[in-house]
Amino acid sequence: MEIRVEKIRKEFDLYPALHDVSLKIESGELIALLGPSGSGKTTLLRLIAGLEQPTQGRIFFGNEDASYRSVQERNVGFVFQHYALFRHMSVLDNVAFGLKVRPKGQRPPKAEIRRRALELLDMVQLTGLEKRFPNQLSGGQRQRVALARAMAIEPKVLLLDEPFGALDAKVRKELRRWLREFHDRTGHTTVFVTHDQEEALELADRVVVMSQGKIEQVGSSDDVYDRPNSPFVFSFIGESANLPVRVEGGVVHFHGAPTGLTAQRDGEARLFFRPQDVALIEEGPGMTGPVTSSRRLAGTRIAEIELGSSQEPCHVEIEVPLEAAASNGSILSFRPTRWKLFY
Amino acid sequence: MSNERFKNPITESAPVRWTLIAAVLAFLSLFVLTPLVIVFTEAFSKGWEEYILALQEPDAVKAIRLTLLVAAIAVPANLLFGLAASWAIAKFEFRGKSFLITLIDLPFSVSPVISGLVYVLLFGANSFLGPILKSYGMQIVFAVPGIVLATIFVTFPFVARELIPLMQDQGTGDEEAAISLGANGWQTFWYVTLPNVKWALLYGVLLCNARAMGEFGAVSVVSGHIRGLTNTMPLHVEILYNDYNVVGAFAVASLLALLALLTLVLRTVLETRYGSELSAGQKH
Repeated sequence: MEIRVEKIRKEFDLYPALHDVSLKIESGELIALLGPSGSGKTTLLRLIAGLEQPTQGRIFFGNEDASYRSVQERNVGFVFQHYALFRHMSVLDNVAFGLKVRPKGQRPPKAEIRRRALELLDMVQLTGLEKRFPNQLSGGQRQRVALARAMAIEPKVLLLDEPFGALDAKVRKELRRWLREFHDRTGHTTVFVTHDQEEALELADRVVVMSQGKIEQVGSSDDVYDRPNSPFVFSFIGESANLPVRVEGGVVHFHGAPTGLTAQRDGEARLFFRPQDVALIEEGPGMTGPVTSSRRLAGTRIAEIELGSSQEPCHVEIEVPLEAAASNGSILSFRPTRWKLFY
Repeated sequence: MSNERFKNPITESAPVRWTLIAAVLAFLSLFVLTPLVIVFTEAFSKGWEEYILALQEPDAVKAIRLTLLVAAIAVPANLLFGLAASWAIAKFEFRGKSFLITLIDLPFSVSPVISGLVYVLLFGANSFLGPILKSYGMQIVFAVPGIVLATIFVTFPFVARELIPLMQDQGTGDEEAAISLGANGWQTFWYVTLPNVKWALLYGVLLCNARAMGEFGAVSVVSGHIRGLTNTMPLHVEILYNDYNVVGAFAVASLLALLALLTLVLRTVLETRYGSELSAGQKH
């Protein structure tokens, strides 16, 4: 099921949570809504589910306008951040709930409901736990019960709100891989919200980067990491350094000195680059400053370098080879090898 | 042992502890235990037979029946009201919500005598509504309907106050989950909202019932004290006592005391077994 969000605007008490957001989600895609808290990612997910009404704009499921359909009519599987499992029902009853509440004509017979619920529990690898209650399960198990429960209604779309947010790091990694396999097996259009970029980049076919109620960039993991299209995406995804520069006569100047980088357009700009995308240089134009601190990070060393004048210093972090002399106070010169200017 | 010299930072020395405990025990026995014992010793002062006879006396029987009737109407009414009010307050956003919460607490802050008086002024013979009601042959004040109304008024915060904080704390997550799974409003309420608050609801009903049966002030004003007709148990106790019928008075009083003890026991059972589901804060 393809989902189209067209010029959605959502206001809460006149405070806009989403400004004119448009997004097309392909059928069968696994897509991540990534952004800091308050960026509107959960609001967008809840709008797709029908848990919120848009102030303006429309939402299409396939070719049908679903904007005014109720949650029940949209037939979406929604997995809530804290799972929202029914605490007084057993795992089996939780999973069977969606089938039990169907109107008489569409409700499968009892035995069939039970069979399907057990089948779903088997699919999420929880066979044997059907008689337990939610408070007798671990976080990861609850998460999978919530997923099985959402799948029971045979949804066209699966929506997950911070699916791994409440889990510890190890379980989170396991479930992440498991969800990817699950998605590849079932082929549902899946949208999940996360503030964890690692999770988004690893798991999703495409990542939607959001900030302050707007979509900043939509693209594959490679796109948003290697070709960020805004200062926000550059600094939000991965590590980056940025410096105020001035382009004069096609040459990028930092603090009045040429950096050895060239650009088409003159004017004030900000130079962005990643710590690993730099080369240490012996001579020629570049950026030079003393090392103020350094730390070992797995196979490399990260050095913090003070650039600019002592009145208004700029600190940048760059990756240097382990063998480089990068003790505190030693002077290093470098030049970015991959970089981007934002005017 | 090495930990003998360790002093727990949140405890006091033994003399201080025992002094405090003794003070509490002395206070409790003087003001709670002694009166309770006196109720039963006085009731049985002339033996079992007198006690049974006092309870079989026709006016006493009618007072007991009336009290049960009033509770049987007031408690379900307030159960429904309390559920509806707390559901609305906890699960929906609307204007005037905090005003409604204040209003629910009103019966607790108003003297019961005043609430009784309000009904007399509203429905009494000299009131604006009085002649209209009379022309239809309805009597509210100095009759059972007035007693029921006054009791409902006095006891209506019990269920709502128990449920509102719990429901607010539980939030709307479970309901949203139910709706996203296709449940309609009624199914959501019946299968999800209600089971989540069932023990708190029972707790509220228990307190509501205890107060409904024991209410004196408001009922006293609206009842008119007609023996065998509009006397509830607390009112009957007063009348018998004023008649110097000590055994009769304390016999009826002992029933109310038993009700109180029973309520206390059930309350304790609920609190120990379902404590986390009664108060806010249970998460899973």
